[in-house]
Amino acid sequence: MTTTPALSVRSLSVNFGSNRVVKNLSFEVYPGKTTAIVGESGSGKSVTSLAIMRLVEYMNAEITEGSILFHRDAHGDVQDLTQLSDKAMRKIRGKDIAMIFQEPMTSLNPVYTIGDQITEVLVLHEKHTQASARAEAVKLLKLVRLADAEALLKRYPHQLSGGMRQRVMIAMALACRPKVLVADEPTTALDVTIQAQILTIMRDLQQELGMAVIFITHDMGVVAEMADQVVVMRHGEKVEEAAVEEIFARPQHPYTQALLAAVPKLGSMQGEDLPRMEPLVELKGDITHTRGESRRQDTAKLDVTPVVEVENLVTRFDIRKGFFGGISHRVHAVENVSFTIFPGETLALVGESGSGKSTIGRTIQQLQESTSGTVRFGGKAVADMSRAEKMRLRQEIQYIFQDPFASLDPRKTVGFSIAEPIRTHGLLHGSKAIRQRIDQLLERVGLSADQAERYPHEFSGGQRQRICIARALASKPKLIIADEALSALDVSIQAQIIHLLMELQQDEGLAYLFISHDMAVVEKMSHRVAVLHLGQVVELGSRRAVFDTPHHAYTRKLLSAVPVADPSQRRERVLLQGDILSPIRKVGDEPEHLLLKQVAEGHFAAQEASGHRLVS
Amino acid sequence: MTAAIKTNKLKRFKNLEFILGVLLIGGIGLAVIFSGWLFPGGGSELNLAYRLTPPLVEPSFPLGTDPLGRDVLARVIIGGEISLKVGVYSALGAVVIGIFMGLVAGYYGGFLDMIVMRFADVQLALPFILLAITFIAVIGGGLTNMIILLIISQWVQYARLVRGSVLSLRDREFILAAKAIGVKDVRILFQHLLPNLIGPVIVLMTLNVANNILLESSLTFLGLGVDPVIPSWGGMLAEGRTYLQTAWWVSVFPGLAILLTVLGLNLLGDWLRDVLDPTGRTSL
Repeated sequence: MTTTPALSVRSLSVNFGSNRVVKNLSFEVYPGKTTAIVGESGSGKSVTSLAIMRLVEYMNAEITEGSILFHRDAHGDVQDLTQLSDKAMRKIRGKDIAMIFQEPMTSLNPVYTIGDQITEVLVLHEKHTQASARAEAVKLLKLVRLADAEALLKRYPHQLSGGMRQRVMIAMALACRPKVLVADEPTTALDVTIQAQILTIMRDLQQELGMAVIFITHDMGVVAEMADQVVVMRHGEKVEEAAVEEIFARPQHPYTQALLAAVPKLGSMQGEDLPRMEPLVELKGDITHTRGESRRQDTAKLDVTPVVEVENLVTRFDIRKGFFGGISHRVHAVENVSFTIFPGETLALVGESGSGKSTIGRTIQQLQESTSGTVRFGGKAVADMSRAEKMRLRQEIQYIFQDPFASLDPRKTVGFSIAEPIRTHGLLHGSKAIRQRIDQLLERVGLSADQAERYPHEFSGGQRQRICIARALASKPKLIIADEALSALDVSIQAQIIHLLMELQQDEGLAYLFISHDMAVVEKMSHRVAVLHLGQVVELGSRRAVFDTPHHAYTRKLLSAVPVADPSQRRERVLLQGDILSPIRKVGDEPEHLLLKQVAEGHFAAQEASGHRLVS
Repeated sequence: MTAAIKTNKLKRFKNLEFILGVLLIGGIGLAVIFSGWLFPGGGSELNLAYRLTPPLVEPSFPLGTDPLGRDVLARVIIGGEISLKVGVYSALGAVVIGIFMGLVAGYYGGFLDMIVMRFADVQLALPFILLAITFIAVIGGGLTNMIILLIISQWVQYARLVRGSVLSLRDREFILAAKAIGVKDVRILFQHLLPNLIGPVIVLMTLNVANNILLESSLTFLGLGVDPVIPSWGGMLAEGRTYLQTAWWVSVFPGLAILLTVLGLNLLGDWLRDVLDPTGRTSL
């Protein structure tokens, strides 16, 4: 380790008004090394990154105490960033210290080409001429492994995929060969395979350029892959700092222990036939304690009529273009998908963006018309149902969305929202009976009855998702479709909600269609898994079969891309190539339907010899 | 926390807004309602001997008299009836129709939307005065007809505003969640969409009330409005215009009445919008 750190933060405090969001924080980053700052929402990790860039001042916050020392080189040229003038800071920002943000679309200006935006930085900071800046831009795009860099310069941000945009952002950040790179959740908005690509590129570039990287994330898996040193933050304070192996092997602080216990680890269920309800590790004050027992989730009734049978489901969206509005392209969101869900069973649909997993959920919930195929509920085809029967379906199938805040009406009390299914389907009469049921439901999901009169914005993210679950339970459904219902939550909250969902399954015999991109969560709670790619099932089988003996190349690719929250298992990774393929095709160019072949009892996988290039 | 201090300050300001608004609108409203009892003469007795008396000179004419010697105070208070009726009724009528059309057009879209919006475009292209002259010539003048005319010319604004909000709201997840539960369209429209878009509508409405009071005066001035003998704020403004340099009070006091009404309505509208928003953040 080099003796001089590139950046050292010393007892830094940041205030929003009189509200202290970062308290007395100290850490260091060394050249060529990565310090990860981890924490859940509200821990102050993002504010810390903005403080280093001195961008907090634009958010009406101020650095009240401490210093941020930037060591330009090993010979003692030190600058305290907190003391610099705005003008001096502008010279450092983007040149010596660069930043990458979470959302690559919003961080790029949509009306300028990629080339314009990269050259702007070079002309501004490096005093390049336009021509030399363009040549340098091409070099930079090649550096982040973007093929066909010259053509890319003329493109606009919206013409690139999410992963490509994030690589462009990295290229821009690296334009002036910064000494320190601050990366604020750079892969959170990306699919796992793309995340794996970006992480590999970042690690390689760090080696090449000897940068110090401050990596801010909530994902312990990413930490295990990337970090050398880890700073754990909670409520604006550092609770623990150690080398990455130490943190994972011997976490000292109870908060770190609870956090690590909550992280679902891919591969932890190896060899188990059924999902297992794990006890919850909770933090009360500064002491961890465990609640609940470890129990096999033996709830699936496979010998009765399935709750839902989906047969050869196809859903396509037309894209109209041109003067006469003719259909030129189609989005092949779902192609020939079949599966069944039994009472008490959790079927997981996994896949990356554009795999059609949400469209399947929405089609079953009748929020989306299918192009062809049948959906049977309780043995009867939905297409043959009367209006009243279809209405009844809306009672028996409930949907939970990804963002609990967006799916609750902000102008209505949560009590009103929970009562909505009861009122809509006339399940109870009289406001007193309804009120009692609401109280009961709120308590069932771990909230208290007196919270019914409050509005959604008065709750935390986890509580809001509990409210959405209470609303879903209100109509006594048989099937709950959970569409990325855990993705927006912090890991500790996520663990609690998983626990709640499994408990409800045990008590009420609920079936779940669990739609997720998160392989580790899927492994934890599902009985069977269907892997989707470009709208088609490429592999379907019991959780154990799919995770322990993945058969299809795409499943294996997905599994290998998931960062594992264990630094001792850090793999030398080959760069996964290729982008996520688009499900948009020209009219007439229909995708070939994959044939599922039984590879073992109840385990199906698509044949790959069909010339259908799945993994590019 | 400064945030807390800020919200406290804001809250105090909001309360002040409410109290001021209630005082203004309540005072004006009461005065107008009891105007017949306060001024049994209807403010139309002529006192030519006292014509153009300045305010605070004659104790029986505290706000002075107009060129025909009529009591300005009495006329301002009695004239409030016509002005407020025109302003409030026409704005209310336009809001109700506009909201309904906007909700339906935005939510269902398609052909219905096209019809409503093209109709609105045609109407926006038509100059108001042309519409007014044609309308009054065919149907005839009078208070009711004028209110109808104003409703016809203004519902479009609300419809467009509401439709725009519906378009951005209808794909939000909470609307999707309501659909997934099976909530009926009527309930989605009026229980979920309406409360979420009412804020800007209220603000537009308070502005429109003021605008309509002035429009009434121009229509009356053109001879398209109510009988000019009946006092109204707009009418008095127009009358006093020629005396502005010699007898300012003839037009200033009705003008002040309009100003205070509009101020009061704006304060109340602002307060109402914030009260209806449980998150406490101001939209718009």
